[in-house]
Amino acid sequence: MFAIYKKEMRNYFTTPLGYVFMAMFLAVSGFMFALKTLQVPTADLSEFLKWMVYGYVVLIPVLTMRIFAEERRTRTEQLLLTAPVSIWGMVFAKFLAAFTMFGGTILVGCLYYLTMFLYSDDGPNVAKALGCFIAMVLIGMCFIAVGVFVSSLTESTVIASLGTMAILLVFACIDRLRDIFNLPRALQTAVEWISVSSRYENFRMGLFDYGDAVYYFSITVVFLFLTVRIYESRRYA
Amino acid sequence: MIEINNLVKNYGAKFAVDDISFKVEKGEIVGFLGPNGAGKSTTMNILTGYLSSTSGEAKVGGIDILENPYEAKKLIGFLPEQPPLYVDMTVDEYLNFVYEVKNCKLNRRKHLEEVRQVTKIDDVKNRLIKNLSKGYRQRVGIAQALVGNPPVIIFDEPTVGLDPKQIIEIRNLIRNLGKTHTVILSTHILSEVQAICDRVVIINEGKIIADEKTENITRAVEDNRRYSVKICGPQREVLSALKSINGVLSAEVTGERELDSYTYRVEAERGVDIRKPIFFAMSEKDWPIIGMEAVNMNLEEVFIRIMDGSLSKQ
Repeated sequence: MFAIYKKEMRNYFTTPLGYVFMAMFLAVSGFMFALKTLQVPTADLSEFLKWMVYGYVVLIPVLTMRIFAEERRTRTEQLLLTAPVSIWGMVFAKFLAAFTMFGGTILVGCLYYLTMFLYSDDGPNVAKALGCFIAMVLIGMCFIAVGVFVSSLTESTVIASLGTMAILLVFACIDRLRDIFNLPRALQTAVEWISVSSRYENFRMGLFDYGDAVYYFSITVVFLFLTVRIYESRRYA
Repeated sequence: MIEINNLVKNYGAKFAVDDISFKVEKGEIVGFLGPNGAGKSTTMNILTGYLSSTSGEAKVGGIDILENPYEAKKLIGFLPEQPPLYVDMTVDEYLNFVYEVKNCKLNRRKHLEEVRQVTKIDDVKNRLIKNLSKGYRQRVGIAQALVGNPPVIIFDEPTVGLDPKQIIEIRNLIRNLGKTHTVILSTHILSEVQAICDRVVIINEGKIIADEKTENITRAVEDNRRYSVKICGPQREVLSALKSINGVLSAEVTGERELDSYTYRVEAERGVDIRKPIFFAMSEKDWPIIGMEAVNMNLEEVFIRIMDGSLSKQ
């Protein structure tokens, strides 16, 4: 399993993909950070977080699109699937590699936050900022799992990335439905339950809510589980 | 070492593999022979755990591949039809990755060097796989199967796309591997199994139609009763003269001509050598024979014979 993780990490850095992702991520987040905090000006990161979720819709597929699709296209998956590695091990290793790239990039992005201290005398609200960062990481984790799943459905990286974008767009925007349409109560609850963005309200306030954290972890596990099932069912196809 | 019992794999109404059973003993080299689409690759993919079967069982070293894939896969080195190469890696990086993913316990440096030397890829170890020629890629694929020194080695069409010199090298390599490993290889080239294998399993449309020692197949193939004869002389008369020779089953004109000579295909009755009678009959008429050669059976003809049941009678 560790071998696959290592191979994936290597792949991010021996091909332009990893650099492209990091550059895009830092550019997009830097731009939004400037726009939503420094320009306003405010030390509150919650608007920034909200916009970053939309950014993820485009950024995360870059990271995950080839993760299974390419192995399928070049038939290298045959090596992995006939090696003594479990499917769970393979899926998790690949997810973890994508998550490491994402996490590493977001850590670099944290430097932006330090600029906050220049503009306020008593410093910004650290708890609130921390909540926002945790939410950003958790949402990214979910989205990566979705991307991993979609990538396992196709052998085309283009379709994998477009498919991922479509699903992530639904996740990110579904709560807007509530604002636009007058939804019945039950549907409204359902939308709120599914919506990724309605789950980070507490984090934005600087509160760590276990329930919300569990929600993000569940979504992640569900999509990784589906990926494993896809691989298992393809053996039976 | 390998045991396949009543294996079936169907895609809806199409049976890719239809109830096949066979065994491979330790140290055997078994050739899996059949036309394209016969079910060779499917069987191999099931045996290596890449696909699952619809029903039936496949065991490697006594371990069922479906029940205990982890242990069974450890025993197998597999070269799929298309070598599973990461083209962005160098040969050395790739083999190291395979070493790790197979969870190998042998001395890494020594073992990988050994593998590289056996497959003759030592001189390209620092090159990117995407820059290698087809022959080298195939050899890297074989090297990958050998990493970890698994007792069972499965090659799916190992010599496809190689040049004649490379084919001979790979065949020698496989023959050498057969001394210490159990090997299954698939091919649709008859002479390939004759050159390498101890035993041949012939498969067609998902069914095993023969499971024979290679000698038997070879004997059947070399049991030549057909000749291509080139004779100078008037076509129609030569043909009727050929047909009237004792022991000639049939004679026909192939359509090949060269100045005043035509080529005829003559088939003899079983157990009769018609070469001398042809010579004497033609010399009597003053029609010189300027060429005569035996026509070997091709795979399709072997099939037809097996279907007739005439192979097993011999």
